[in-house]
Order: sequence, then C-alpha cells, then structure tokens
Amino acid sequence: MIEVKNITKTYKTGDVEFNALDNVSFTIKDGEFVAIMGPSGSGKSTLMHTLGALDSPTSGTYLLDGKDVSTLSDDELANIRRDKIGFVFQAFNLLPRTTVLRNVMLPLVYAGVHGEERERRAKKALFAAGLDENHFHHMSNQISGGQIQRVAIARALVNNPSLILADEPTGNLDSKTGEIVIGTFQKLNKELGRTIILITHEQDIAEHADRILFIKDGLLVEDRTTHKKRIVNYDK
Amino acid sequence: MKFIDIANETYSSLSANKVRSGLTMLGIVIGIASVIAMVSIGNGAKASIQSSIEGLGSNLLTIIPGVVQPGRGIVSSGRGASQTLKNEDADIIKNIDGVLYISPEVSSRFQVVANGNNTNTTITGATPDYMSVHNLTIANGNFITDANQRSIGRQAILGATVATDLFGDQDPLGKTIRINKINFNVIGILNAKGGTGFSGPDDMIFVPLSTMQKILSGMDYLSMMAVSVTDKNQMTEVKNLITYTLLEKHRVDEADFSIISQEDILGTLTTVIDTFTLFLAAIASISLLVGGIGIMNMMLTTVTERTKEIGLRKAIGAKKSDINTQFLSEAIVLTFIGGFIGIILGWLICLLVTSTGLVQTQVSLSSVLIAFGVSTAIGIIFGYYPARRAGMLNPIDALRYE
Repeated sequence: MIEVKNITKTYKTGDVEFNALDNVSFTIKDGEFVAIMGPSGSGKSTLMHTLGALDSPTSGTYLLDGKDVSTLSDDELANIRRDKIGFVFQAFNLLPRTTVLRNVMLPLVYAGVHGEERERRAKKALFAAGLDENHFHHMSNQISGGQIQRVAIARALVNNPSLILADEPTGNLDSKTGEIVIGTFQKLNKELGRTIILITHEQDIAEHADRILFIKDGLLVEDRTTHKKRIVNYDK
Repeated sequence: MKFIDIANETYSSLSANKVRSGLTMLGIVIGIASVIAMVSIGNGAKASIQSSIEGLGSNLLTIIPGVVQPGRGIVSSGRGASQTLKNEDADIIKNIDGVLYISPEVSSRFQVVANGNNTNTTITGATPDYMSVHNLTIANGNFITDANQRSIGRQAILGATVATDLFGDQDPLGKTIRINKINFNVIGILNAKGGTGFSGPDDMIFVPLSTMQKILSGMDYLSMMAVSVTDKNQMTEVKNLITYTLLEKHRVDEADFSIISQEDILGTLTTVIDTFTLFLAAIASISLLVGGIGIMNMMLTTVTERTKEIGLRKAIGAKKSDINTQFLSEAIVLTFIGGFIGIILGWLICLLVTSTGLVQTQVSLSSVLIAFGVSTAIGIIFGYYPARRAGMLNPIDALRYE
C-alpha cells in the first residue's frame, strides 16, 4: 500500500526556487499495476526517485506499507530500498563482466542472505522473469537487450519487494522486445500479485497498466483506469 | 556485507584491470623493497662495526694523555701532544682491584728497512701484557718477554700486514730489520686481526717498551695505556677508581688524561650509523609515499569510472558503509599484496648485497612487520578519501552520470 500525501519537492538554483513536484497526492493499493506518464521535465523522474526511496521530498508524507519514508536517514532509506523496492532501469542495469546469476544475487549480498539460499532465490526469480536456464552463467554482456531486462526484472524480484519500480524499461528496446518485457510485468502482476509502477512517456506502453497517472509541471493532472491491453503470447 | 562477499568484489574488480592494478601495486612494491633493503643494509653495517669493535676487547679501557674535548670526539684528542702519563702510573693502576692487565704503550712512526724494502710504519713499544689486553695471537715465534723488557732488548714482532709488506713470501723469523738505523731481530709474527680501522696491530711493528723509550724515541712518557677489566659489569667503577688514583698521583684537581671505554667508541659509531640508516630509510620512504599517491590516483579514477555501478548498488540497497568498505578494501588489498611482494623483493636485494661480500645484511623481523604495517596503513590512508567519495555519492546523481 502506497500513500502519497501532499508531496512537494523544491529545487533551489541560486535565488530561483523550482517545484519539481507540487502538492501531489495519490494512493496505490497492493497488487495494482500503475503507469506514471508525463513529458520530460514533468517531474515524473523526481516522483519515481521519491517512490523509490532514493530521495526525500521537501514536504509532505510518503507512507510505504504504513511506514513514513519521507523523513528517514540515508542508511534507513538504503534499508527500505533493499527490503521493499525492486528497481528496473532503462540503461545500465547489470554489472559488467559478471554472470547473470551473480547480478541477480547482488541485492541478497547486501541483505545478508547466505550462499545457497542466495542461489536458490536468484534462480527462482530468474525463472519467474522468464529467462532460460542456459543463460544463467553467461556474462551480462553476452546476452541480448531483452534478456538483460529480464535479468534486471529477476534482480528486482529477488528480495520479494512490496513494490517494483520500472523506469522506462522499454526505452532501449525495439517494440517487439519491449512488448515481451511489458508482458513479463503483466504476468508478475497478475500471477504473483506484485505491485508494479511503470514510468514511461509512451502512451502505448502505459496502456498496458491498470491505471495511469499523468504528471505535468509537477502536478498530478489525470488519474484514470485503462481499457487494459493484454499481451497474450508474452512467453514467446 | 560479509567478508567473503567483500573479498569476491575486490578480486573481481582488481582482476578486471590487471595491468592498472599491477602498475599501481608496483609503486608500493618498490617503496617497501627499498625501505627493507636500506634498513637491512644499515643494520648489517652496524652489526659488522660493532663486532669488529668488540673484537678489540669489550672490557677494554683506554687511558690517553690530555683531555678529550667534548663534542670533538676521540679523533681529535690531544694524544701525543701531552706528556702526562708515565710508567709509574701503569704500576699503580696495575694494583687497582678489577684491573686484569695493563698495557702501557708508546707509538711513533719510523723508517723501517728490511730485506731491501723501505717502509714507514708505526712502531709500538709494548710490554708482554699487550697481547692479552688486545686479544692478539702469535702466528710464529714469541711476543715480547719480561727478559726482553728488562734488558732493553733489540727484538721486534711484526704485524701480519707489515710482515707481508717487508718479506713477501719469505719467513721473517730470525731476520734482521733496521728501525731508525738500529738493528732489530725479528722474534715473532702476529696473526692477522683485521677490521680494526686505520691503525690496527696488523700494520705495526712491536718492540719492548723500554727499548722504545730509551733508544728509539728517547722519551719517558707514554702515548697511552690500555687496561682490561676483570668483569665487564665493573667497567664504570674501575674507570672511576683509575680516575681517582691518577688524579691523586698527578696531584691535580682536573684530569690531565682521558679514559675512553669501548662503549664510548661503540656509542659514537652506533649513533652515526643509526642516523645514516634513518637517512636512507627516509629517502626510501619517499618512494613509498609516491606509491601511496599512485594508489589514491587509481582509486579516484576507479570511483569516477564506476559511478553508475555505485548508483546501481545503492539503488538495490547498498548502504554508504557497504560502498565505503568495498573501495577501501580494494586499496588495502593492493597495498597489502604490494607490501608482501616488496618484502620478498627487499629480501632478495639483501641476499644480493650479502653475496657481493660488501656488507652482511640483516633482515629483521621488526622491519618486515613494520613494512607490512606501513603498507597497510598507506592503503587505509590513501584509500580512505576515494572510498569516502564513493560512499557519499548520491544514488540519483550516480545513476544519471554519463
């Protein structure tokens, strides 16, 4: 359960103050698949950083599973990210010169999970993300773009987070591979009941979610449910 | 983060760029190796000088006429210029408790002719006790006897070097040499003692003290007295007793003589060598410092290169301290391995120096431990700032970094 109440983020450049987020409030229930849309500079990245506990808002409260995240210290934020949030980024998702399996195990290293349990959970997450087992021991630079994003999704899943945050996950992919990746998200949402927040500027991608939040000039301008597009053959 | 994970991360990031890691490590290797080598060579030099001075007799007190000027050391003493020590002084000192032997001596340079060779060397007038006091052994023949001494005999004993210089391969025993145009009969040759500085007994010719004083130099005073003390631990007491006795005998309030113990000479030389070793080690340390700066430089480059990776690690839950530890351990592992290789290299340099026969080097355990400590400390000191910079990176800025 995510509750955002009157969140404002102000950046100061010299004497000029600029509100990247202006009094934004919304609630996302567990198991929802939400897309956040907006043109570049709209504040959607700032919103994502706040939701991802990478940054604290200037004012307002952000409750994640009932816990107020907006006032935590750096180390407490790191713990929230480790235990409750899984990230999928547009680019540079994986560590170079490192195997797929080790990349997925990385969050468990910081969580202090033991060796065998680590590998078991990483493999489970990789299967859930739809990656073929013969890629597990490949280096991260030996696999394709679509596979990279599946590994990134597996890494986001491996800690059993309450929330998966995907920042333009299809931005670097061709439309067909992009569809497959979005299909993976839909499957995780529908079959495993994961809460997913997808940040994108593409209307077409956003339509795959249950609900779309539009951000413009730091304001929440629209909040609507979609006529959901279902990707049927997402395993292909 | 567990130790094994840190080790894993460190290994994979250092091995990802082997050439760079190796070159950076080289700075530490050279620094540590030169410190180890310099300190060991210094220690070796000190040990060899100590052993050769102790070879003179560690229970030896040397009494010389005149006063040693404080700060001017033993070299510029008034030896030879003052005429305050007499034969009677030696007789009195002989009766002091704790004095084992006393050797009154007169030394002077004379022209010596023998076997057609002409040389200028030090002639020492000595008594039979000279051999015992100075730890000398006779190779062939006899040393000066009491009979020679009483009869003002014309007998000479040759030091090992002098014997070779004058007679070459021939046996000098029984031959005649001319010292200051007076004939002397060679009755003995000494074993070489070696390594005692500029005017050791190897370079001397010995004649009876009475002959020296009455015939060669014509002077009744002594150039020095060497006293060997029964018990090493009584050196100070015996020294004080001799001082008191001589003051009374000479009827003076301020000493017109000086008593030098082996410890005084040893102390002076040890100080000189220690200073020299410190100086060498300081120069070597500069290369260690440069090596440390090399580590810091590399770590700063690494942190900049891996900004995005740091951002990613932070996004998936790494704390400031996790990132800090990871980068700090990279620097420490570099210096630790560099230090280890440096110790081996320094040790090899020492073996090489020893094998040339110049100095017997000594690699001490303490210098190895200090080198290890210093190299690890350099890792911590020069790795701290880059690691802190990595840990302080804001995950948002780090992820955006191009």
